[in-house]
Amino acid sequence: MSNPAILPTRKSEEFRYSDIDALAKLWPLPEPESVIVPAGGHFSRAIVQDAGGVTQLAISLGKGATAAVHVLNFGGDYGRIELDVTLHEGADFTLGGAQLGAGSQTLEIVSTVRHVEPNASSRQLVRSVLAGQATGTCLGKVAVARGADGTDAEQSVRAMLLDRTATANAKPELEIFADDVKCAHGCAVGELDAQGLFYLQSRGLTPPEAKRLMLHAFIAEAFTGADDVDRLEQLALNQLEAML
Amino acid sequence: MTMLQIENLHATVADKPILKGLSLSINAGEIHAIMGPNGAGKSTLSYVLGGRPGYQVTGGSVALDGQDLLELEPHERAAAGLFLGFQYPVEIPGVSFVQFLRESANSQRKARGEEPLSGGEFLKLAKEKAGLLRMDMDMLKRPVNVGFSGGEKKRAEMVQMGILDPKFAVLDETDSGLDIDALRIVGEGINSIMRKPDKAVLLITHYQRLLDYVKPDFVHVLAGGRIVKTGGPELALELEEQGYEAVVA
Repeated sequence: MSNPAILPTRKSEEFRYSDIDALAKLWPLPEPESVIVPAGGHFSRAIVQDAGGVTQLAISLGKGATAAVHVLNFGGDYGRIELDVTLHEGADFTLGGAQLGAGSQTLEIVSTVRHVEPNASSRQLVRSVLAGQATGTCLGKVAVARGADGTDAEQSVRAMLLDRTATANAKPELEIFADDVKCAHGCAVGELDAQGLFYLQSRGLTPPEAKRLMLHAFIAEAFTGADDVDRLEQLALNQLEAML
Repeated sequence: MTMLQIENLHATVADKPILKGLSLSINAGEIHAIMGPNGAGKSTLSYVLGGRPGYQVTGGSVALDGQDLLELEPHERAAAGLFLGFQYPVEIPGVSFVQFLRESANSQRKARGEEPLSGGEFLKLAKEKAGLLRMDMDMLKRPVNVGFSGGEKKRAEMVQMGILDPKFAVLDETDSGLDIDALRIVGEGINSIMRKPDKAVLLITHYQRLLDYVKPDFVHVLAGGRIVKTGGPELALELEEQGYEAVVA
């Protein structure tokens, strides 16, 4: 998490793509919410960011504890979700995130996942859909401490640009000090498949209907396993409709 | 009554002329087959009729049931009664067939000012058409064409045609990739869905074998971007025996 005293600049890696003017209005940020999940416990949270602002959440998972965080980041001119997760032995963390940006919105999901003890696992999946001049950023850092063998960490970051004027930044980052680890990361930025769109339209779907179907499928993975998956999907669909 | 009227159609793909003055008239109740060598422009014709981006019409006209087809968007052409059977049906991960087809059918109905089908009505219709093509309904609950074999994709195209109930279908090499049994099932499906006095079909094919099941009223040879020869079903047999070069020359 950032030093609360000083407004960051774009020279700082975690704010390289941020809207610093918007951030200045929110500064100083309140103390991040901190959640400690005891050994064997479970924590789940859906973060719906619908009005702009910065949400900071720090989670510490005790031995064998599990956590699932689902994020829908779509509101305001500037919306930033920061997660700082620490996994102790055998803990498990899942992040599923979707960002839907249009106009000149700047949306960010920034995560740091620390595997400090052996045999913990983490899966992070973020899908961004960006239109207009929107900027969507996903910075995901996985840090594996010395001795945290048996770590299994996965990151999948994908973005879909609806207009050539939109921007996607994706930066998965690995910092590994253990020997026996499995860390996978992938990121991709693309556009909707033109052949698929034509196929759907040839059956009678209007261009916005065809795009909505494909984009819904694109982001659906992000909400898999969420407690209130239906609500998140409906909110996301409403936002997609408004964007198309 | 004329269902499809193509007059002196010229089209380019990436600035390269492919169709060069193609004319064709198809009446309601008729099935026409277009055969021709590779590169003759057969698939281009189907995409131009469907309105695929990148296929530029540079001259001529196309009317479907009296309506100018070329000024319509692809989805408007579907609502006007056109169905395009793809040579290579597209896989769309994450989108279920049932959802996609129900939305498509209802989007067409809305464009025509008709009431939407309820979930129950749609499922009944889908079951009936899937049964016609001997396709398991479970397959239609899967994502569009994903993991389907070549033959399953083509049968799924015909299920879609059955559900959408078009006036006019262009079927682009619907017979390719089909084994003997599937070919018969697809052939019978085309007959049962489209062999009606108020409908018409344009079959694009390389081979005579589909025409054993779907008897065409007319067979045309497309070469060099235009129709160079027209005849009855016997023309297809002649082509099969002697090849395009001999017949066209």
